[in-house]
Amino acid sequence: MSGNHLIYVLIMFGVIYAIRVLPLTLIRGKVKNRLLKSFLYYVPYITLAVMTFPAIMQATENPLSGLIALAVCIVMALFGLGLFPCAIAASVIVYLLEMFL
Amino acid sequence: MKGMRYGVPIGAGYLAVSFALGIMIRKQVGFSALAAAVTSALAVASAGEYAGFTVIAANAPYVEMIIAMLVINARYLLMSTALSQKFPEKMAFFHRFFVAHFVTDEIFGVASSDLIPEGKLNPFVIYGMGAVAVPCWAVGTGIGVLAGNILPADIAKALSVCLYGMFIAIIIPPAKRNKVIAGFIALAFLCSYGASVLPYISALSEGTRIILLTVVLSLVAALLFPVKDEEEADPSEKEVAAK
Repeated sequence: MSGNHLIYVLIMFGVIYAIRVLPLTLIRGKVKNRLLKSFLYYVPYITLAVMTFPAIMQATENPLSGLIALAVCIVMALFGLGLFPCAIAASVIVYLLEMFL
Repeated sequence: MKGMRYGVPIGAGYLAVSFALGIMIRKQVGFSALAAAVTSALAVASAGEYAGFTVIAANAPYVEMIIAMLVINARYLLMSTALSQKFPEKMAFFHRFFVAHFVTDEIFGVASSDLIPEGKLNPFVIYGMGAVAVPCWAVGTGIGVLAGNILPADIAKALSVCLYGMFIAIIIPPAKRNKVIAGFIALAFLCSYGASVLPYISALSEGTRIILLTVVLSLVAALLFPVKDEEEADPSEKEVAAK
């Protein structure tokens, strides 16, 4: 049974690592194709946006506190505050709001 | 070190999220704390590990594990592809093998952000983030298995939200300067919400929905608003793309 578990874990690691390492090692030079370049340029922003919403509302007890944390973080980021302040603010806001909501 | 500083908020969020993962592992799979922590250190994936442990709990065939891992973690394929463009071309090749292990949503988020210019990504920034964040991830999983109920649920939930705060801090500054990015972030929010409630699409796993939306929206953005060469041009790059 524990042997089985080991094989499962090795498969998990092997597949995930392969997915991560292959593009990094196979694509060594600069991508010249304009469409692909543009595509890769937008990927980070869009994928982070997709992952953030509506997930932030599902991570909290009450969706409203997640939504408010999101709004406050957007305003903070617009005013130039960085990763750390925004991350802390999100947690503190949710913690405080969930005491009342 | 810069990377380690970026790693702190990531690590804090990881502690909370991996803690929840540990609780799930204890309930469903019965791994020891050490085995769970080692698995987490090897896989370094949240949704991927949830799915993986579900497969283990079901005692499903190995091929099912392979398919589940491919589908749920496919977004790392996109992230690694995007990151492949951020490293200096002169960087020693072996770094790519080590950096690959640390391509998580959050580390990718920071590494791909405009905190670091194109072609200027130092692998040690990634190692720094990984050195803080991955142990947090592994230890958090182990603690979750050991003592699922010492951290009050409200604190664990609040901590897990800090990762989203970080994502916002990454995507908003470029959106301020670039209306196309701003528009597509809003569109991504909308589509992502739609995909989570609409029939059929919402039945897909979260990982699949992320890939689908990222590919479709990025492709539309690239077709409608291709980036000009100057925007992406790296001053250190000698060869100019001949058009």
